[in-house]
Amino acid sequence: MLKVVGIGKIEDLLREIPEDLLRDESLDLPAPMSEFELSSHMKDLAASNTGAAKGGPFLGGGAYDHYIPSAVRQIVSRSEFLTAYTPYQPEVSQGTLQAAFEYQSMVCALTGLEVSNASLYDGASASAEAVLMARAIADRPDVVVGGTLQPAYKEVLDTYLKYSGAEVKEASAADGRVKPEDWKKLVTPRTAAVVIQSPNMFGLIENVTPAVEAAKQAGALTVMVCDLLSLSLLRSPAEWGADIAVGEGQSVGSALSFGGPYLGFIATKRSFIRKMPGRIVAETSDADGRRGFVMTLQTREQHIRRERATSNICTNQGLNALAAAVHIGLLGPRGLRRAAEGCVRNARYAAEEISKVPGFKTEFDGPFFREFAVRTPIPPAELNRRLAERGMLGGLDLGRWDDSLGGLWLVCVTEKRRKAEIDEFVQAVRECCE
Amino acid sequence: MIPKELRYTKEHEWVKVEGDTATVGITDYAQGELGDIVYIELPEPGSALEQMKSFGLIEAVKTEADLYSPLSGEVTERNDAVVGDPGVINSSPYEDGWLIKMKVGNPKETEGLLTAEQYAEHIGNGAAS
Repeated sequence: MLKVVGIGKIEDLLREIPEDLLRDESLDLPAPMSEFELSSHMKDLAASNTGAAKGGPFLGGGAYDHYIPSAVRQIVSRSEFLTAYTPYQPEVSQGTLQAAFEYQSMVCALTGLEVSNASLYDGASASAEAVLMARAIADRPDVVVGGTLQPAYKEVLDTYLKYSGAEVKEASAADGRVKPEDWKKLVTPRTAAVVIQSPNMFGLIENVTPAVEAAKQAGALTVMVCDLLSLSLLRSPAEWGADIAVGEGQSVGSALSFGGPYLGFIATKRSFIRKMPGRIVAETSDADGRRGFVMTLQTREQHIRRERATSNICTNQGLNALAAAVHIGLLGPRGLRRAAEGCVRNARYAAEEISKVPGFKTEFDGPFFREFAVRTPIPPAELNRRLAERGMLGGLDLGRWDDSLGGLWLVCVTEKRRKAEIDEFVQAVRECCE
Repeated sequence: MIPKELRYTKEHEWVKVEGDTATVGITDYAQGELGDIVYIELPEPGSALEQMKSFGLIEAVKTEADLYSPLSGEVTERNDAVVGDPGVINSSPYEDGWLIKMKVGNPKETEGLLTAEQYAEHIGNGAAS
């Protein structure tokens, strides 16, 4: 090959790089292995991890261990879906486009709002996109964010708004929920949106009405950050009066996967559709009158209207959206609701049992979905370390989110945790603190 | 089609001046170039207008464009029928497809507008929209 190309040695191809920048030591890599040796080596590495499968995690905080039917993975693993790149050409991707349309329809059904898109990146960036959208709709700069919004989501929002001139104020919390009177205090005629999350960062269910009322009075929009699984049970964003609903869709069909890929969803009123970012799939008919699906309203996208684009989003999470559609489709409204009810029942049972352990007390009053904060007699990090020695994954040390939350432990119990597992966990907690 | 009694901008808006009021729309050439118009964003009555500044947005299937005000002044009326059915702009750009009516702020500005002949030359010269 060197002869064909007409050079003496490989190094001749690197002539353009200044010599003083060339590394003359070889890379510090181990010697090559046979396939068998390599396979054994990888097995050893894997064995040093405790997967979520062993003894079930009691850990949540934004990513949740729910049961995903095998059929979801089967369907999503089809090469037509798994390996296709940006498959939105209607001539060859009707299956994908129809699935995206179904997904959008399901998001609308669960949120109660009129239009949705073919997904955003994740819950955090979706929350930021909703704020950008509200700023464009209201033509105002500022935001009031509930103090019980996931800290990571708040950080992402701050990053998105950093050079925008937006003033971001936080409505403070009391007893785990946003203080109702704070919304009115902070909303001004310059406020584009209020942002409230429910279930919130502590798993508690918020009263969204004070936020909606404060926003309406000032001509601002309400962005509600929520969870699709919980919406099979709880009051919908539309019923609360929210204008835009966003959140993380991992809990319907996406595996934990060490943090991703996950799924951002958004839904809003039809009148706002032209300010909604991302890809939108719509139903239409072809030249012969047959039903078909296409990507539509592309004139909102920045490849057509760069200066006026309100977002720089340029792709989505198609595969995870497909998984969500299959998951929700398989479970149906009843199955989804049963899973959600399982979360409520299990979490409540766990909270009651843990409260019986000396030194443990649930921190906040009021209804919660899937997780709850507990004050622990020993530091949560130490408790988790002792539980890990028994092969168990304990709750989240909330001190990691904020110093003011030190000593609080966020325990998550999904529909997957059986009573025996919960009892075993509580017993282990008891023993760890003796 | 380029009605002689109207005045035009290089950006393909037409204006019909009647005393101190005027009516504004887009030309037949513009609607032809855009193709099927699917959406239009127009200002509310009372909004201020500045000559050659954007006062709205017109959207066709594959593209969208700004609407530029031929004159400075104030919006007195918006054609809500056209907002509800933008296709009227394609079928009747000079009559039913009018966009806004306005109060003329500075009558001298009409001198800067193109006549029908000048506009014809402008688009005849292969003027890209």
